[in-house]
Amino acid sequence: MLNDLTIATAAKRLRRGELSAVDLTRAALDRIAATDLALNAFLTVTADAALAAAAAADAALKRGVGVGPLTGIPIAIKDVIATKGVRTTAASKILDGFVPSYDATVTSRLKDAGAVIVGKVNCDEFAMGSSNENSAYGVTRNPWDLARVPGGSSGGSAASVAAGQALAALGTDTGGSIRLPAAYTGIVGLKPTYGRVSRFGVIAYASSLDQVGPLARDVTDAALLLGVLAGHDPRDSTSVDRPVPDYAAAIAGGVAGAHSLRVALPREYFGAGLQPEVERAVRAAADVLRDAGAVLHEASLPHTEYGVACYYVLAPAEASSNLARYDGIRYGLRAPSAASLLDLYRDTREAGFGREVKRRIMLGTYVLSSGYYDAYYLKAQKVRTLIRRDFERVFADADVIVTPVAPTTAFRIGEKATDPLAMYLSDVLTIGVNLAGLPAIVAPCGRDASGLPIGLQIVGPPFGEEIVLRAARAFEAATDWHALRPPDVAGREAPP
Amino acid sequence: MKLSVDRIRHVALLARLALTPEEERELAATLDQILAHMDTLSRLDTTDVEPTAHVAAVETPWRDDVVTNAPDTAALLANAPARDDDLFLVPKIID
Repeated sequence: MLNDLTIATAAKRLRRGELSAVDLTRAALDRIAATDLALNAFLTVTADAALAAAAAADAALKRGVGVGPLTGIPIAIKDVIATKGVRTTAASKILDGFVPSYDATVTSRLKDAGAVIVGKVNCDEFAMGSSNENSAYGVTRNPWDLARVPGGSSGGSAASVAAGQALAALGTDTGGSIRLPAAYTGIVGLKPTYGRVSRFGVIAYASSLDQVGPLARDVTDAALLLGVLAGHDPRDSTSVDRPVPDYAAAIAGGVAGAHSLRVALPREYFGAGLQPEVERAVRAAADVLRDAGAVLHEASLPHTEYGVACYYVLAPAEASSNLARYDGIRYGLRAPSAASLLDLYRDTREAGFGREVKRRIMLGTYVLSSGYYDAYYLKAQKVRTLIRRDFERVFADADVIVTPVAPTTAFRIGEKATDPLAMYLSDVLTIGVNLAGLPAIVAPCGRDASGLPIGLQIVGPPFGEEIVLRAARAFEAATDWHALRPPDVAGREAPP
Repeated sequence: MKLSVDRIRHVALLARLALTPEEERELAATLDQILAHMDTLSRLDTTDVEPTAHVAAVETPWRDDVVTNAPDTAALLANAPARDDDLFLVPKIID
């Protein structure tokens, strides 16, 4: 099946002339048409542009010139990432008809590498959410069980890759938004170090935390994509000017990559509230690494329990500032016939933002407001330092940290929708990585009794992408969880 | 209850949101619960701890003060919800 190919395999067949980019792209578009009634992963499908790009890719492949690492590969892009001439909504009504006049740097990098963009995928509105239920365009469903969430906020990215609608997708991760959906849908997701990948043209949620990364079928593809995405961008002042290593070389050792790897297991990440099957699968995954030559030890990240409180002060504070730009003047929705400029702002924002976005804007405005700044915002920034130091201490004796991604497997649609705090707490095991700015990869490592995927999280020190990829590839090479595919949902409709 | 509806209304004005009465009630309740969870931060002694605003040790980057993006009025106005020729149109702000 063309839809089941990895990028590495497809690229090889494309170069040998055994497969055409047009056929591969058609297969992806057919798959989207057949499955998206059930999944609702795509907000915009760019079929014509994709077929034109595929034809150009075939021409390049035939000539043997201008062939990049992603030539002819169908890829989906999360709808918070700007695509020139293609509607970009951030899954919000306030940007319903917004068409960017430029590409995000990550979009240009994909195009320059030859990728075929098949469309824009669903997410939580402005990337705020852990389930994809906050999209203004309806929830994306988990291909493993249509009654369950795909995780958020990059839920459309994850569902599209898991269900074979695209070979890979771009996501963004502010508090776990690449890793949680990757875990819930049984694929690989990589959140790079803060500063490794440009944020230029990425619709901002929380600027000190946001980072773009790939969702892919396996670790090899994630490494390949990171090599395309990473690197300094003068248009993002937080992008770090540092050479991009050869990530493919980092994983070339396969299972031998685990040899002498020092692996820390933080006890706080295996605490109460963890679904027993999740704990068993992640500990078994650590044992796989040990059997391959890694050295395991227990460690402590003592401020873990404060992560959610810290994050949900800082991220909404930054969001309340970032989202001030949606005022109904220059682009996006404008409420009709407002009497004054103030009413125009207030009515536009009231009509354009969804409930969770309003909640975070209110929360952020509150914690930054006069009299509360020190107690909440400044306090949270100091706690962020403590969380960062926890990781620094552990990395003094460890190459990577291995943890579960989420306390449970994918939950049911509607299960947490009326309890925002319960939803926030599902981010407890991913948030620390963002607060500390670290790289982390998620790979599938098991299934629970209902057959739902379980993810393994491997965290590295700053700019330690090579080592987390190496560890994840070693695990993957010793197991076959990454080969599992969800049931075919072609022709099915979404359950009521 | 820490957050009165009056306080919610004040914050909504700062945030430029015209909330409905139902939203005001719902937000008062959920923000109260969320802020109670955030109060756990006060258990930590952070007296001598420096705040982290940013994890990347990036100095302010400098470049020459030259225009790198050519002006493109048509592209910039293409998404405007209301315009008059080459201008954004807004409600009257000065009488």
